[in-house]
Amino acid sequence: MLQLDDLRLTQDGFSLALSARVAEGERVAVLGPSGSGKSTLLSLISGFTWPDQGRILWAGEEITTAPVAARAISILFQDGNLFPHLSVFENVALGLRPDLRLSEKQRVRVTESLADVGLADFSDRRPATLSGGQQARVGLARMLLRDRPVALLDEPFAALDPGLRVDMLALLKSLSDRHGLTLIMACHDLRDAERLCDRLWLLEDGKLVLDAPMVGVRDAPDPVLQPWL
Amino acid sequence: MAALVTLGVLAPLGAVMARADWPPSLGPGDLAAIRFTLVQAALSALVSVVLAIPVARALARRSFRGRGALVTLMGAPFLLPVIVAVLGLLAVFGRAGWLNGALAGIGLGRIDIYGLQGVVLAHVFLNLPLAVRLILQGWQAIPAERIRLATALGFSHRDMRRHFERPLLRAVLPGAALLIFLICTTSFAVALILGGGPRATTVELAIYQAFRFDFDLGRAALLGLIQVAICVMAGAFAFGAIRRQEVGTGLDRPALAWPGDRLLARLADTAAILAAALFLLLPMLAVVLRGMPALPSLPPQVWEAALRSILLALSSTVLAVALALPIALLAARLARPALVEVLAFLTIAVSPLVIGTGLFTLIRPFANPVALALPVTGLVNALVALPFILRALVPAAMAAEATQGRLADALGMAGWARLRHAILPRVIRPLGFGAGLAAAFSMGDLGVIALFSMPGQGTLPLEMYRLMGAYRTDDAQGAAVLLMALTLALFWAFDRGGRFDAATR
Repeated sequence: MLQLDDLRLTQDGFSLALSARVAEGERVAVLGPSGSGKSTLLSLISGFTWPDQGRILWAGEEITTAPVAARAISILFQDGNLFPHLSVFENVALGLRPDLRLSEKQRVRVTESLADVGLADFSDRRPATLSGGQQARVGLARMLLRDRPVALLDEPFAALDPGLRVDMLALLKSLSDRHGLTLIMACHDLRDAERLCDRLWLLEDGKLVLDAPMVGVRDAPDPVLQPWL
Repeated sequence: MAALVTLGVLAPLGAVMARADWPPSLGPGDLAAIRFTLVQAALSALVSVVLAIPVARALARRSFRGRGALVTLMGAPFLLPVIVAVLGLLAVFGRAGWLNGALAGIGLGRIDIYGLQGVVLAHVFLNLPLAVRLILQGWQAIPAERIRLATALGFSHRDMRRHFERPLLRAVLPGAALLIFLICTTSFAVALILGGGPRATTVELAIYQAFRFDFDLGRAALLGLIQVAICVMAGAFAFGAIRRQEVGTGLDRPALAWPGDRLLARLADTAAILAAALFLLLPMLAVVLRGMPALPSLPPQVWEAALRSILLALSSTVLAVALALPIALLAARLARPALVEVLAFLTIAVSPLVIGTGLFTLIRPFANPVALALPVTGLVNALVALPFILRALVPAAMAAEATQGRLADALGMAGWARLRHAILPRVIRPLGFGAGLAAAFSMGDLGVIALFSMPGQGTLPLEMYRLMGAYRTDDAQGAAVLLMALTLALFWAFDRGGRFDAATR
């Protein structure tokens, strides 16, 4: 379980204060307007920012101030996920070894991971020759290859057109089922959230104003959710 | 206007071609000048970019008090009159300078700043900041998320070098080095003061000597053509880099925390920042410290020269703006920034001294060129400043056309009303900045004026040069403080004017 215990942070005039829990294998969508604290929350969980107070625990172990790379977490950003001078294969392989000195076994794992996202034939291509959707898949392949139990996604497919976004969410869902990922995704659209996640967090002004199972969220909607329906 | 500028460059070039000695016969001195020009420019470019790498790296990844000030300081040598910079370097590295004083104090021999090493030192002082800015721009173009990604993937110091710095340097360094090489091939004032003699004369300096001492116009013109050939060749390679270089873009994005940081890296960064700050600040500090006491007792001809320089700078700025604004607006209206590139290339390929030589030959049949020294200098300075103004102006004008311009068209606005309400408000700020650059360049210029002028007609940099030549060091240092202050004040006034105007709209 991922526990966020009484996290508090004040930064540049913005304050965030919340407590929450995510069960193992659960998929949480973090919804909220711009500036509500979605990115800050993800930043705290991933370790780029440390809270002023409170604790973060994964599987009972405190990770509040653990180094980013040492956490049981992998991250997919909205963009900037790929290095333009590296091939698709190398970009994915960074997830295993940043110095790219791979064993034969590791090379096979990279190839498998590319096949999982439907990019088996693209290993030698440069990111610039890929479409936006393909680039997102490369990032996804690396995230999965990292084999970390928790995945954080910061509006990962915001730049894709709606049709492509639906495809990517479906792919992510089947892959996260297979890998048993615990997943937290910041997004802007309730429909995206519904496609992938089983729990919904709604953030407003740095506070968690709704924490509810996704099932039935539209049936008797909480008033705070009105603007998102 | 574009045609006028083209004519302003090509007509003197034509005159130079017509006047050049034919068949070309180059003496050993001329060949030595060509060799020296290429060698010093190559060395200057190489040393500048190599030294810039650790400084840019340190600025990209460290936050510290005064970082913003240091980044601003990186812009100062660009504005600083070359002759002031050289005087500052003499005060630090020269025969009676601080460094030699310190060396003598610990019983070591003196270093000599004259000749190749001095010319390279001055060029590195003037161009190191440019190299740092070019590399830093590369760093700052890297998305913050990619650096976060590297942190998340656990990149080591070595991985950062491999996946960030090396690809970046491969992309930026060749262009930066070529650009600095190009700038240094047209070096005149530095070579005039620190070079000279058969072993340290640049082609530009040889033109000046052929013109001024031998009055051999044919040879001066021939050397001018060689200079153009060198610039065209270097320029053709450097063109890509020049095009990419934005004038006046903000480099103030806060530093990003790098993964794989370690003590050794922190120490190296601290050393790089301190060394760069000292290297850039000490000469300027020396000018101020040594010059201030001499300020009250400056001879009257210095004040007269200062007044002449201010008037010259103002007129050449007005001229440069009058040329640049219509060209920028036209390029934006036609969505043809290439027009500007061609003009920029022309004014870079044909150096001020070559234009000056050409204008002299053109004017001579009709009037006494020496009597027209100031107007000619003003015209050449305006042409030299043109590419810088255009580079600041055109992106803003294009943005204004794409947004407010369309709106104005939709509302049926035309002519002056369209210009006044839709376009000008958006370009006034870069225009102020560009005009500031033009004024600073003209104020500090020591080039064409040295070709033509008569005593009692000189500008402040020329007067300062004469004082240095006459070993009136105190007066020269006083004049340097005055020149530095006036140059920075002119830049500030124009830049500020543009901002103020923009803020009130």
